[in-house]
Amino acid sequence: MSATILFWAATIAQIALAIAMVLASVRMIRGPRAQDRVLGLDALYSNSMLLLLVFSIRTGNPLYFEISLIIGTLGFVATVALAKFIMRGEVIE
Amino acid sequence: MNQASDLPLWAALLIAIFLLIGAGLTLIGSFGLYRLRSFYDRIHAPTLGTSWGTAGIVIASIVYFSVVESRLILHHLLIGAFVTVTTPVTLILLSRAALYRDRAENGPDIPLLEPPNNPSEVSSTEKESADSHNNTHTIEK
Amino acid sequence: MSRLFPYPLLVVSLVITWLMLAGFSLNQFLLGLITALIAALGLAALSPVKPRFRRWDLLPKLFAIVFYDIVRSNIAVAGIILHGGKRIGKSSFMAIPLDLRDPTGLAILAVIITSTPGTAWIDYNSTRSILILHIFDLVDKTAWLNLIKNRYEYLLREIFE
Repeated sequence: MSATILFWAATIAQIALAIAMVLASVRMIRGPRAQDRVLGLDALYSNSMLLLLVFSIRTGNPLYFEISLIIGTLGFVATVALAKFIMRGEVIE
Repeated sequence: MNQASDLPLWAALLIAIFLLIGAGLTLIGSFGLYRLRSFYDRIHAPTLGTSWGTAGIVIASIVYFSVVESRLILHHLLIGAFVTVTTPVTLILLSRAALYRDRAENGPDIPLLEPPNNPSEVSSTEKESADSHNNTHTIEK
Repeated sequence: MSRLFPYPLLVVSLVITWLMLAGFSLNQFLLGLITALIAALGLAALSPVKPRFRRWDLLPKLFAIVFYDIVRSNIAVAGIILHGGKRIGKSSFMAIPLDLRDPTGLAILAVIITSTPGTAWIDYNSTRSILILHIFDLVDKTAWLNLIKNRYEYLLREIFE
């Protein structure tokens, strides 16, 4: 019984997060401006981090926790770098 | 799902509820990111995923691994703390970049704070140094 | 004391983080402690302003208020997005003059405002100490001003100043 509940909850959560990743990547591809794309990439990163956490619950493997921590760190650094770039890279100084 | 069969029912229900809350809020946030019209509206949407979206899934993981290994496992809280500390930094930097670009292009409805005799370059570098201070402090706490 | 052990909060939180990641044992505690002390010395070389807590006892109250507000605004913003972006008010910018000067307090205020859905910290002018917010569903400007000034800023000033 509890295995069934957990299985369906994890499946629904994974589907929801996968749809969320698709929506974030649509925003990243469509833009219209650079800051919208960076925001979409940031949301994509945090959604994939959460998807890996759900994956670790589903498989019972605690290793995915570390992968999601690394993804979170990389997403943070990437977004900060890109935000600095669109602030300084295009406007004439 | 190896160890899941010997999970008590209350734990399974608790995990399921928090998983669905977290994933649902993240989905709503991303849907808002896709749907809303202007950039400044869209910047509100991902905070749903980074506040209670993350919290729900982190709580579900803590309950699951604590029950399965029958000891308190808290290291998932680190992801929650990390996301809470880093999201403001990225969103503030991003919205400031957007504001900077919109001001440079004289976009509509953009608040202009600096008076004309106060060059914006000076104050923006000042703000950056203040921000890096803020950043180290947040991490130190 | 202050030369060898410059940032006690940083050291304690780094050791706790280390133990949570690596497991609770004496060896890991010593390794984490050495790492944290070196990191604190490294931070001391950058010499940022030290945070001063005047009222520790108000921190739980702040956490409770912020927790409640985040839950409430999550529900509100999720409702607006699900209704296709229709809302009572409109989204707009808002300038708020702040009296809070402490950098740590401002950092915590930024974390609170950004992690609450519905409000976004856009810009802060440190010379004139004016904060620009973007509000997702703005109906009444004075209500928001009241919320930021009396609910958050007042407590943060009590804690840090």
